Amino acid sequence: MTSDPNKDSAGPPPKPASPQPASPGPLPLRHAGHHEWATALDHRDRTWWFDCIARLAVLGGGLSAILFIGAIFVFIASQGIDFALHHLNWLDFLFGKRWEPTVEPPEYGALPLIMGTCWITGVAMIIAVPLAFGAAIYIGEFARGRQREWLKILIELLAAIPSVVWGVIGLQVMKPIIQHVFGVQVGLNVLNAGIILGLMAAPIITTIAEDALKAVPETYREAAEALGASRWQVIWKVVLPHARPGLSAAVLLGIGRAFGETIAVLMASGHRLMIPESVFDSAATITATIAAELGEAAHGSEHYQVLFVLGLLLFGITFGINLTADWIVRGRRSRA
Amino acid sequence: MAEFTHPRTRIARPANDGPLAIEVQDLNLWYGKFQALFEVDLQIKSGIVTALIGPSGCGKSTLLRSCNRINERLGYVTTTGMIRVLGHDIYAPEASRIQVRRQVGMVFQRPNPLPLPIRDNVLFGYRLHHAGRSSRGEEDALVESALREVLLWDRVKDRLHQKATTLSLEEQQKLCIARLLPTKPTVLLMDEPCSALDPAATAAVEDLIWDLRGNYSILIVTHNMAQARRASDECVFMLMGRVVEHSATEDMFVAPQRRETSDYIEGRFG
Ligand SMILES: Nc1ncnc2c1ncn2[C@@H]1O[C@H](COP(=O)(O)OP(=O)(O)O)[C@@H](O)[C@H]1O
Ligand SMILES: [Mg+2]
Repeated sequence: MTSDPNKDSAGPPPKPASPQPASPGPLPLRHAGHHEWATALDHRDRTWWFDCIARLAVLGGGLSAILFIGAIFVFIASQGIDFALHHLNWLDFLFGKRWEPTVEPPEYGALPLIMGTCWITGVAMIIAVPLAFGAAIYIGEFARGRQREWLKILIELLAAIPSVVWGVIGLQVMKPIIQHVFGVQVGLNVLNAGIILGLMAAPIITTIAEDALKAVPETYREAAEALGASRWQVIWKVVLPHARPGLSAAVLLGIGRAFGETIAVLMASGHRLMIPESVFDSAATITATIAAELGEAAHGSEHYQVLFVLGLLLFGITFGINLTADWIVRGRRSRA
Repeated sequence: MAEFTHPRTRIARPANDGPLAIEVQDLNLWYGKFQALFEVDLQIKSGIVTALIGPSGCGKSTLLRSCNRINERLGYVTTTGMIRVLGHDIYAPEASRIQVRRQVGMVFQRPNPLPLPIRDNVLFGYRLHHAGRSSRGEEDALVESALREVLLWDRVKDRLHQKATTLSLEEQQKLCIARLLPTKPTVLLMDEPCSALDPAATAAVEDLIWDLRGNYSILIVTHNMAQARRASDECVFMLMGRVVEHSATEDMFVAPQRRETSDYIEGRFG
């Protein structure tokens, strides 16, 4: 009986006095025969090198993320800071109702943009939060095994749809539906953009909310069920209250997502630079305005600079939202 | 503390007073394709403490968890056979899991109070079934009597609104027993209730369990032979998913009928 089938094949002859079996062991000795004990002491095997390289790569990735964020902030600030500090009337900027940067004399009242952003984000959350929480509860508490995995993949796919596709859906699908259902002239409005943004934010909220539900210890559910709670009672009385910080963070991150979205809202909102008075009015958001106007504004002009001030404002708001979300989650960790 | 090492005085009870607390007939149970219980037949008498012993993995927890149908939450458990609690078939199609769990309370291996104030923990089960129909006074009375019954009242009466998770493990486990009482269960299942506790706390909880005897029928899993011996009236020995021997505790420890039982009791395996 041949224990080693390779012996018959035409290959390098087997090493004469090698005590090693032909099969590769978990730790291949690189200098079989020579320096055997030195090799055994040398801990720089493949795993060690892999560890080293992986550590460097991760460190580099982390550092570059910080570097990029810093650089972006510095860039935005450098473009807008001079104007913001010396020429801009902040009161007019924050509370002015007219955004007319190209008219002489120009008006830089950002209130319509701020209000437009708030309206659309508000509608988006009214739509996204129930959807997302419902989905998260179903996935986290009811779905099992295969079904659960499939649903999670589906949600992730939904999150990966490019925003321009959502914009097209707003333009081509939602617009006629809204016109038809509500009998309004204008189909590109707060409602349309809100629905689109809501659908875009829902997957993120779902994913984070589901994580929050999963973090509730199984022993709590078991304890409540053993006390005679039905599935829904367990969810209402134990799971949701305990997961509340995580759920709030999920909503906040969804809001952050909605605040920052640009192209889809630009396409679906009608981009009208006035304060909306109902969900059927067209509106403009901060992001969409920057995207729409930056191309036309002469480099370095007042208009150009004020758009960067808008960018700073947006940066500040999203940064604040993310910090709050982080703080809520962290607060819970340290209390628990 | 020496008194704890002696067997507790056992009041002789008539063999057949009232219906059986739990009656298991030909119970088979599978986790997916893995069979964990084989043809289990068991009769647990009312008003006494019955200890369930056996090596790790022999199915003690599984059997216990079948008695309040908490096993079903896993979703991949199949059960055949019958379990009656006080004469009612709990696996009958018309039986409600929720009613079963009110009748059959359960204490887990690790104390698992809910992350709520002590008071809300005690009232949790009660409120599930009495939504909005009880006054504050009624609730106060329930909380006090339940906590008194587990000898915790004097220790926690001034901090009922503190989170239950701030209590010591011993207090938590007593609280977990107390919160079963407001729904007036008849059977208490306990799965190694003392295994997370230190010896002094173990003795205290054991004492408590012994005090509850008579008012409730108690089925307790333990891997501690000394505990089974000093704090139970009857003893059930399980091995590999089957009940091997069931007899009065003295008999089991003094003159076991089966070879496997004596091997286990004398520590030759498990
Ligand atoms: N949730 C589960 N899923 C699959 N198998 C399980 C599960 N729980 C227990 N088992 C198996 O059932 C058998 C009995 O377990 P268990 O009742 O926990 O034993 P014991 O409590 O006596 O230590 C063991 O072989 C265990 O591996
Ligand atoms: Mg067990």
